Amino acid sequence: MSTSSVSVLDRARTRVLAEGQGLEEADILEVLRLPDSDIPAALQLAHEVRMRWCGPEVEVEGIVSLKTGGCPEDCHFCSQSGLFSSPVRSVWLDIPSLVKAAQQTAATGASEFCIVAAVRGPDAKLMQQMRDGVKAIKEAVDINVAASLGMLSQEQVDDLVDMGVHRYNHNLETCRSYFPNVVTTHSWEERWGTLKMVRDSGMEVCCGGIIGLGETLEQRAEFAAQLAELQPDEVPLNFLNPRPGTPLGDQPLMDPKDALRAIAAFRLALPRTILRYAGGRELTLGDLGTREGLLGGINAVIVGNYLTTLGRPATSDLELLAELKMPVKALSATL
Amino acid sequence: METTYCDRCGEPADGDGHDGCQAARELEPPRFCTHCRRRMKVQVVPTGWTATCVEHGTLTDR
Repeated sequence: MSTSSVSVLDRARTRVLAEGQGLEEADILEVLRLPDSDIPAALQLAHEVRMRWCGPEVEVEGIVSLKTGGCPEDCHFCSQSGLFSSPVRSVWLDIPSLVKAAQQTAATGASEFCIVAAVRGPDAKLMQQMRDGVKAIKEAVDINVAASLGMLSQEQVDDLVDMGVHRYNHNLETCRSYFPNVVTTHSWEERWGTLKMVRDSGMEVCCGGIIGLGETLEQRAEFAAQLAELQPDEVPLNFLNPRPGTPLGDQPLMDPKDALRAIAAFRLALPRTILRYAGGRELTLGDLGTREGLLGGINAVIVGNYLTTLGRPATSDLELLAELKMPVKALSATL
Repeated sequence: METTYCDRCGEPADGDGHDGCQAARELEPPRFCTHCRRRMKVQVVPTGWTATCVEHGTLTDR
């Protein structure tokens, strides 16, 4: 082990594992720069931190797109932007299909079901669909309902609380300094504003992003530190899956070792948060990557498919959790 | 019915360069109708997907 890595992991052992405080930006950057030989030690420490401050349970979630495609925003990674020549067509999911998807998700043992829409922010039609959809789901199945509908007004935040949406996802996607390279139709600060409203409403805050957008390691560390400042209840960690037709369609996949460093670094920055494996893990890390992540700080997964791409079968993840003796967080534990 | 177009990129299926499409399709639903090249309406849910061409009907993962 190198001298500098002994130093940063030793500091992390004291500050993060023993005291429950996240690493600061300079140390996060050191973790992201660890030599390959130190990655196992970083993952092991991140795992100990997760077990100490979060416990062995793994939160399982399914996500579904209520409104796909045709988005007016230009997030350069997203195949659902209507501004790019992506093959993804605009389509709405009807309420019976939404309820069926929630039932199928609950049948996997998942406690979370997140309804997502590709929009700048919800209009009256989408809010009505949410009202009808959340009500129908709650009548049909026991599962926590989360939402991800873009930027919100205060009135819309209040409406979602009234519907019984318990968690709201709004990803910052990347750090403040790199955001203008990824999105030009709205600002990082606008997203931050929605997150503050969500936090103040009492809904749980889910906020993460995508690693491998072309950001530097310094910017990756900046992003982790900015998330730590927000203190979200959940951080979904995506790895870029370059989509055809988008401005980042030709971006290379990130190095799997860098992905593992990022997992350890984000856990050491956020010792108490739900750190969720999200999109791109299959492509970036392969099947073995799921195991390494779950033994390296991850304590939540999206099971099954994503919004426009496919994932591992839910059974593969659930069998792995059983093998690792990591219990699926029960719905009763989240209420 | 004859398969004429690649269901991922929409280009003629008998051309070169679809090895990448085939590999990518393991983690993607189809996007183009193989018969008429129309972009299909695709619904992805946690446990499956459907892809509908207005002319040639609906495919599913089942």
